[in-house]
Amino acid sequence: MTPEELASQLVTDFPELNLTSRVDKGHAVVDVSTDRLVALMTAMKERPEYGFAMLMDLTAVDWFEQRDIRFDLVYHLYSVEHNHRLRVKVQVGEIQHAPSLTKLWPIADWFEREVWDLYGIRFDGHPNLKRIMMYEEFKGHPLRKDYPYNKTQPLIEESWPVRNLQIHMKEAGKIHRP
Amino acid sequence: MSDILLPGAYYTTKLDKAMGWARKYSIFMYPFVTACCGMEYMSVASSHYDIDRFGAGLPRFSPRQADVLMVVGTVSQKIAPILRRVYDQMCEPKWVIAFGACASVGGPYDNYATLQGIDRIVPVDIYIPGCPPRPEIIIDGLMKLQEKIANQKHPLI
Repeated sequence: MTPEELASQLVTDFPELNLTSRVDKGHAVVDVSTDRLVALMTAMKERPEYGFAMLMDLTAVDWFEQRDIRFDLVYHLYSVEHNHRLRVKVQVGEIQHAPSLTKLWPIADWFEREVWDLYGIRFDGHPNLKRIMMYEEFKGHPLRKDYPYNKTQPLIEESWPVRNLQIHMKEAGKIHRP
Repeated sequence: MSDILLPGAYYTTKLDKAMGWARKYSIFMYPFVTACCGMEYMSVASSHYDIDRFGAGLPRFSPRQADVLMVVGTVSQKIAPILRRVYDQMCEPKWVIAFGACASVGGPYDNYATLQGIDRIVPVDIYIPGCPPRPEIIIDGLMKLQEKIANQKHPLI
């Protein structure tokens, strides 16, 4: 299907899901709400005329103060069989949760962990929702617009110039040379 | 000094000079390769540029056997404790080379994830600039390190 056909057919096929669709830069884009996301995605994967066997990417957008509902989740689907693509957008508020798609596509496991790590969006039903890129000790979610872009959270002592290591290591009992 | 030593003649030097001369041609590097600078490291280590000419041809992948810690590439906050641990495990005498802009000062990555220069956690002897540095400048850095080794104190006990 061409992007135009895909965008119009989605709206006619799923009147109960209350979709809005458009074509943006050559890609079919569809907006859906969080509670209808799983129904749409299940149909996208399982109905043969769509055949989206592959979840190519999941990412998020932080609109911060520009919009009432803070985040967008952006799913990119690809059909290997039909060679067509679809972008699905879901608006998620700051304290709202999104449904996990790990049952449909196993790769969603890591993608959702990444979105949780960097944006702090929670996914209901995820088997192992913990940080994937940053370390466990990290506080906050670094790609949120209210996180200072260069605020680091060091795991070990930093100093510049580095402390006199001979003294430091003697204190730590690591060298026994007088 | 005459080029030909006469019978019965002898040559004097200082112990530090002799140790420095020996050690500067016996550099065993630990390549701590984390990013794209590794390509330039491979280039300079293999036959075309051949750092074996400077006695530094044999990388050791155990910190216990290495003299020079070569930090090649971006060091993130997550890996910083590991780098420090590798440094602490190396036996004296030891030196550190910061290879490339990222290892020296954080490079273009002024962000939440990147250590802004490895000199915040380990002492650095030689900084090699460049993103990534060309093999010629790496060889220059290596020769500067040799010079430093040759001219420093080498306490035996």
